[in-house]
Amino acid sequence: MGSILIFMGALLAIGMWWLARQGIMTKPWLEQGIAATYVPTRSNPPAVARTGLRVFLAVVGSLFALFISAYAIRMQMPDWRDVPLPNVLWLNTGMLVLSSIALHEAGKSARRGEEEVLKLGLLAAGATALAFLSGQILAWRQLTADGYLLTSNSANAFFYVLTGAHGLHVIGGLVALGRTIARTWRGVPPERLRVSVGLCATYWHFLLFVWLLLLSILTGWAGTFIDICRQALS
Amino acid sequence: MVDVPFGHVGTAPESDVGDVELYHPHSWVTKYVFSQDAKIIAIQYSITALAVGLIALILSWLMRLQLGFPGVFSFIDANAYYQLITMHGMMMVVYVLTALFLGGFGNYLIPLMIGARDMVFPYVNMLSFWTYLLAVLILVASFFAPGGPSGAGWTLYPPQAILSGTPGGQDWGIILMLVSLMVFIIGFTMGGLNYVVTVLQARARGMTLMRMPLTVWGIFTASFMALLAFPALFVGAVMMLFDRALGTSFFMPSIVEMGQVLERSGGSPLLFQHLFWFFGHPEVYIVALPAFGIVSDLISTHARRNIFGYRMMVWALLAIGALSFVVWAHHMYVSGMNPYFGFFFATTTLIIAIPTAIKVYNWILTLWRGDIHLNVPMLFALAFIVTFVNGGLTGLFLGNVVVDVPLSDTMFVVAHFHMVMGVAPILVIFGAIYHWYPKMTGRMLNDALGKLHFWVTFLGSYAIFFPMHYLGLMGVPRRYHEIGDMAFVPASAHTLNAFISVVALIVGAAQLIFVFNLVWSLRSGRPAGGNPWRATTLEWQTPETPPPHGNWGKQMPVVYRWAYDYSVPGAAEDFLPQNQPSAHPAPGTSHG
Repeated sequence: MGSILIFMGALLAIGMWWLARQGIMTKPWLEQGIAATYVPTRSNPPAVARTGLRVFLAVVGSLFALFISAYAIRMQMPDWRDVPLPNVLWLNTGMLVLSSIALHEAGKSARRGEEEVLKLGLLAAGATALAFLSGQILAWRQLTADGYLLTSNSANAFFYVLTGAHGLHVIGGLVALGRTIARTWRGVPPERLRVSVGLCATYWHFLLFVWLLLLSILTGWAGTFIDICRQALS
Repeated sequence: MVDVPFGHVGTAPESDVGDVELYHPHSWVTKYVFSQDAKIIAIQYSITALAVGLIALILSWLMRLQLGFPGVFSFIDANAYYQLITMHGMMMVVYVLTALFLGGFGNYLIPLMIGARDMVFPYVNMLSFWTYLLAVLILVASFFAPGGPSGAGWTLYPPQAILSGTPGGQDWGIILMLVSLMVFIIGFTMGGLNYVVTVLQARARGMTLMRMPLTVWGIFTASFMALLAFPALFVGAVMMLFDRALGTSFFMPSIVEMGQVLERSGGSPLLFQHLFWFFGHPEVYIVALPAFGIVSDLISTHARRNIFGYRMMVWALLAIGALSFVVWAHHMYVSGMNPYFGFFFATTTLIIAIPTAIKVYNWILTLWRGDIHLNVPMLFALAFIVTFVNGGLTGLFLGNVVVDVPLSDTMFVVAHFHMVMGVAPILVIFGAIYHWYPKMTGRMLNDALGKLHFWVTFLGSYAIFFPMHYLGLMGVPRRYHEIGDMAFVPASAHTLNAFISVVALIVGAAQLIFVFNLVWSLRSGRPAGGNPWRATTLEWQTPETPPPHGNWGKQMPVVYRWAYDYSVPGAAEDFLPQNQPSAHPAPGTSHG
């Protein structure tokens, strides 16, 4: 359960830092009027949406940290046989990186008000994300064809479940991205799309990070890294 | 409290909180059925959860009939008994308590108490309720599915949960249970995002975090914990669903089922227990923290006394929330895990007693020399403190490994658990309903019926669960459909079991008084007015009661003080509402 505890520890640190800034040490019974520690709560839609996404990412992060914890516990059982990773995964990783970069650029162009670049960036991000998903399905088919079935070993099952859970989150992101693209085509000016594009980009970077983490665990690099650290410490 | 001027008092500066564009319903259906108003959603959540609670109550009756009078009711065989246990436990913990505290009270109270017009994502909030309802329907459908509901015990431990020896294991029962839980978690996540982000982003001008009523603090912390803890149950449910439906071996070791060797190997049942309790223990506090918050407000209001140690109360809530994530394995002392682990978890478990004890002391010190009004909400709040202390003390027994091992499989655990997580939070739910019903409907609940309901419920649940501790100490095992003739169980234990069952029937029936009171008072209750308890928090200062769509009319509230200015010397009344600028209002002006 190490990974989930590390994740919770990180959240706790962020939470305590934030609470300290919000005046958690004040004595409210001595204060009247508009308190000195009052931080305007900016109930404007962009701030609300950003906070909403951040909290949602904490939930998704918890989900994947728990999957990884389960993986780490289950892989210690003697029947575990590692899955040889299909090469197409590297291409997929490249696609997801490109997708993230494209959305990042789209975000910049939305801020600058360049409509054509924005459209291009969004479309490129959507296309590369779709390419990523198709590549993942290709990887599944390759593994099945080579006899690495869902039921034959838990390492295989974990591969399908982890990539599947990640893929579902990408699909969810594509729905949001699709709606943003539709809005650009309906002629909404780029400045008004800044928030949507920014939110999509944040979500994309997060999913890229999760994917790199999953990849490092599926390849066994994370395990090797932890072993090296352990030896260095003992 | 003395008047200490701070900042600019007396003026209401122009609001820097932009007014939110509300969705306005156009028809009866969008107003009352597919409503996006948090108050309607709260009532929908509450009614659904109370209905599930009544089903779970009937299930507990059937269990008690079997335990008290074994062999008399032939339709309750061993399988049916396990199905009753499973459904009663899961329904109460997840579908009643979580849904009522967060979906019900969270939805109703958060926007009103922090001075917002509504939740920040009303549409998602509506989806949350309908997803919850779907989860309930899937769960209830398993009663009618072939093979009946799952009988795996409410903790659903594999491998037995998905084997043919367990009711529902190879039928639909366990599948419907797991799917229902997953749907519930998705629905809750939608609601939980709303509760957390609304508190973070939609507070009224002047409402600092440290001016929020403790109810909001409790619900806020619990929602955040639930958002992080429910994924553990989700992961466990997904993996078990794979094991059951697709034949994987996440949790399934090599196993022989009914003489047949299954094609499974290597899975770890312990892994499921870790995942389940990583959700399961925070779940205790997901229910307890809103209860703590609500009780703090009830006590302060009805004792006309400012809450003692407000800061400490907030810090204790947060500390309990954080600590509750590192105690989960105290549910697994007898699971065969590493004993050093047990030592670690016993330590963290006992550390949690410190912030909890701080809260109890502060409640008692709030009552000290207070002007205690023993009305129905206050009775329930006081009963909660007693019951929670009671359940907490037996928790000290069970938190220690050496004491837990012999007690773990006895009725002692059932008694402890029901005291601390069954009776205690439900007392708060009743207290809270008696307290806020006047705001929700504009009418008071009947006082005499309320007191009758309280005394039968309070004394009755002690008559049920107090003797159960002794049964456990005697060694009477839990999870047994029938004790039969065991040398160490004296005849008096059987008599005691019959007594407990009779009381359980009476207490269960007494809940009809409450249901009747709810319905009757809706039309015939005494009109409540806007602020019948003379309370300070914002929800009592709305211009209309019950508050209309948008809550505040034209003028958004501005907050000038904390939530606990009771018995203020020199004030016109003995309390100062949070939105009142000065302690000495000019005569003739009304605030709020």
